[in-house]
Parts: sequence; C-alpha cells; structure tokens
Amino acid sequence: METNIVIQVKKLDLYYGKFQALKNINMEISGQEVTALIGPSGCGKSTFLRTLNRLNDLIDSVQIEGDVSIDGNNIYDKSCDVVALRKKVGMVFQKPNPFPKTIYDNVAYGPRVHGIKERKKLDAIVEKSLREAALWEEVKDNLSRSALRLSGGQQQRLCIARVLAVGPDVVLMDEPTSALDPIATQKIEDLIRELKERFTIVIVTHNMQQAARVSDSTAFFLNGEVLEMGETEIMFTHPLDQRTEDYITGKFG
Amino acid sequence: MTKNQLFSAPGGLAADYLRRKGHPSLVEGVAFVLLRLSMLFVIAAIFFIFYDIFSKGVGVISWEFITAMPRRGMTEGGIWSAVLGTVYLTLITAVASVPIGVFAAIYLNEYAKKNTFTRIIRLSIRNLAGVPSIVYGLFGVALFVRALELGTSLLSAGLTLGLLTLPVTVTASEEALKSVPDSFREGALALGATKWQAIRTNVIPSALPGIITGMILGISRAAGETAPILFTGAAFYLSSLPSSLSSRFMALPYHLFIMSTQHHSIEKVRPIAYGTALVLIGLVVTMNMSAILLRTHYRKKMRG
Repeated sequence: METNIVIQVKKLDLYYGKFQALKNINMEISGQEVTALIGPSGCGKSTFLRTLNRLNDLIDSVQIEGDVSIDGNNIYDKSCDVVALRKKVGMVFQKPNPFPKTIYDNVAYGPRVHGIKERKKLDAIVEKSLREAALWEEVKDNLSRSALRLSGGQQQRLCIARVLAVGPDVVLMDEPTSALDPIATQKIEDLIRELKERFTIVIVTHNMQQAARVSDSTAFFLNGEVLEMGETEIMFTHPLDQRTEDYITGKFG
Repeated sequence: MTKNQLFSAPGGLAADYLRRKGHPSLVEGVAFVLLRLSMLFVIAAIFFIFYDIFSKGVGVISWEFITAMPRRGMTEGGIWSAVLGTVYLTLITAVASVPIGVFAAIYLNEYAKKNTFTRIIRLSIRNLAGVPSIVYGLFGVALFVRALELGTSLLSAGLTLGLLTLPVTVTASEEALKSVPDSFREGALALGATKWQAIRTNVIPSALPGIITGMILGISRAAGETAPILFTGAAFYLSSLPSSLSSRFMALPYHLFIMSTQHHSIEKVRPIAYGTALVLIGLVVTMNMSAILLRTHYRKKMRG
C-alpha cells in the first residue's frame, strides 16, 4: 500500500516546566487513515495530540523542542500562522463542548470567525457539515434550538460538524466517546470510518476495542515515549514489546 | 455487645445511649436549630430596619415629595434635587468604572501570565475593595479636586465613586470570566479563532450575566455612599439643579445625613429624613433586583 505522509514528527520533546512529558517522539502519520494513540493515563497521548494543532501554546510553562511538519511545513517555525494551522487541523474534545448558542451558530462559528458573512454560504456550509457528521436528519427542523439541549452523542457529532465546517485536512480526536453511551459511541465510530476517506484522523482512546475497530495504525505511548507503532492489526495480534502486549491485554492500565 | 460496639457512633456512650433511646442525632438537631436561629436573626434584623423606615417614611412619600425641590430651609417640599443628583452621580460612576473594570478583568484573567506579579496585583485589588470609603473621599480631593483642578463637582465625586467601585467591578468581572469553562476558549481556538475572537464571541457572552450583576451591585453600593462625596462635590443645600459636570449637587445619602444630624430643626424634618431613607433604599433595592432579574434572564437564554 502506498502511503502519503501528512504529519511527520521528529525528535519531539515537550516539557511542562521541568517535567518532561514527551521524550524524543518520532512518528509518521499517513493521510486518509485513522491513527490511534493508546496508552495508560498520563502517558502523554493527549499532550502529543495537542502539539499537532499547537493548543499547548496556551499553557505558559510549556516548552517544545523538535520538529512537527504537516504537509511539509514545520508548524513550530516562527513563520507559521497558528490560525491557519488550526483551521487546517481541527480538534474534537473529550467532553462534548458545544457553545451555549444555537445549533446553527455552533456550526457557523468557525466559518464566521474566518470572515464568511453571507447567509446563503453559511446555510450551505451548515447543512453540508451537519450531513457529513450524520446529524442533519435529527436537527434540520431545530437549527435555532440551543445546542445544549441535544443529547451527549448528538452534541459530540455537532462538535464534529463544527470542525468539518472549517474545512480541515486533519481531524484530531481526544477520546471523543469516553463520555458517551455505547450506542452513541457506535455512531461516532461509524462516522470516523466514513470520514477517514477524506480526512487524516488521529484519535486518542482508552478503549482497546475502539482502537482495534476504527484505526489503521496504532501508536502505544508509555511514560512520554512511543514504545511501539505500526499497523493496528499487526500490533494487536503480534506486539513486539512485552509491555505493549500487557497493556493491550489489560494486565495494566 | 460486640455488634453494638461495631455500630456505635464516634459520639461515644452518650450518643449511643441517645440513639437507643430514639434520638438518632441529637447533635445534628442542636446544630440545625442553631443554624436556623442565626438565619432567623438575620432576617429579623433586616425586617426590623425595613419596617421601621417604611412605617415612618411611607407617610411623606408622594409623587410631589420625589419631584419637588426642597423649600424653606429644607423643612418643606421634596427631595428632587437629591434624587437627580444621585442619578447623575450613579451614571458618572458607571461610565467611569465599568469599561475600565471589565477591560482590566479581561486582561488579568485572559491575557496576563500567571506569575507572582499578577498575584500581587490581584491581591492589591482585593485589598482596595476593603479600604474605608472616607479614604477614597480624601484621595478624590487630592487627585480630582486639587491636582486635576476639577473642583468640588459632580465629575470629581463621580470619579471618586468610580474608583471606589473599581475593585468590586474588577473582582466580580474576573470571577465571572473565571467561571466560563476552558472548553469554550479551547473549542473556539481549535477552530482557528484568534484569542480576541474567542474571548469576544465565546467567553464574554457567557460571562456577561455575572459581569452585569457585579457591576450593578458595585454601583448600587456606590449610590448609597456618603463619605467619598462629602468633600468632592456634594452640597448641603442648593436652590437649583446641577447644570453641568462641574456643578455641585445634592445627593440622597448626604441629604439623609443632613436631615438626621445636621439640620437646625431635626425633630421637624424627621419625616422627610425617613422619606429620603425610603427612597434611597427603594433605589438600591430596585438596582439589585434588576441585577438578579438580568442574571436569571441571561441564564435562561444560555440554557436555551
């Protein structure tokens, strides 16, 4: 299979003050694939995910060394436009975080901050994004209702629609189903499988079955390091490292 | 017996005895009564003050009382000049303290680095809120009346009261901003919004009910202050209404002070003093009520 590398990470170190949270991460993430990041709590998965859209910049004490290139451009270069980067690299959070606005305004939020004001254009984007997030049929008659009145699963799909409305290439997902029930989780997983046709998806998950179900590649994090990375099927059947096997089979978590 | 010991409460034998006697929680009962008494005491005190002022003041209240100028050495007529003075003063206070207070809070909570320096600034602002109002009055004299040569005027007094409310408005706004979940900020930033866009369109709208409530509470407190305006522009008696920012003025709290302690025939004007107190309380209560109504209105709107 021919791979096209979209994200390339080289010698990435990240410090919170004096604590080193990521140690010498090297990784290549392919386009039109789902890459799962697994590992026990506090091992650096989410931190790593947030280096990909520079969301760690918000924390004063964070220091980052190394290279992260997306489509060949180093995103930690001084010339990098963070706003453009985040437009290109969208993010879905662990807890659904709809804004306290209407469903319509939630989806239109991104396009609006990027300067689209025309109602017709916005209408079209909102409908398209909601369809892509498999939410349109459920909300099309209630677009002016508050997003906070949706169920948890619907809220998370709304957050996905909100990301898609900006037109990203990469979608980062930080445990997107950990706050959802099994049925809502399944809907999101179906959606992820559909979306990977057109987007590069990186997903952090605590659920081994989920990683096995949705991802093509998996990276196993432990104590800030990537212990093992490779095709999900191979890694889940023939892990190279004993610790990977122990984690996958539930001997520690 | 062993079983009984296992289940005996920390209260020891006495509590154990009471429990068996059918008093499962005497201590809790006593605490509950004490708490309830404290609450009743507070309510009784407030009720007594309101009742006293209302019963003695309501007799003189009329449209005429509010809208007529004081006459005959303030022994007759109304309190219009004091009402209007307080309204003007409150407006100036709001204009002086609201924008600066909100902007300072936005800076402190959203932009300033979290280090020792900002902690000191925050602590200083908290402390300023506890400075006695007479000190603000003297500071107002030194700064606005003298140094800036604004004289004893509406403007000097309004700015002094603005300074007085500033710590309250900054603190209230900051608390309101702090209560906005980080996910609103991150969510917006992750969509490619700039920091200011995220704050303007996502953080401030959510914090607005809290900010407005804090503003109104701060300003309503300023409306009832006497000491800061004493030296900065409030007048004992004026025969005309203030005509500009540099005019002196009469104000409800100061008028009340005069009517109850400084007037030449105190006994005679006592009803007017009570009427003034009632109008002042009415004004402050109205402002506080509107703060509460605004907050519930916005909260409902947020929840959709």
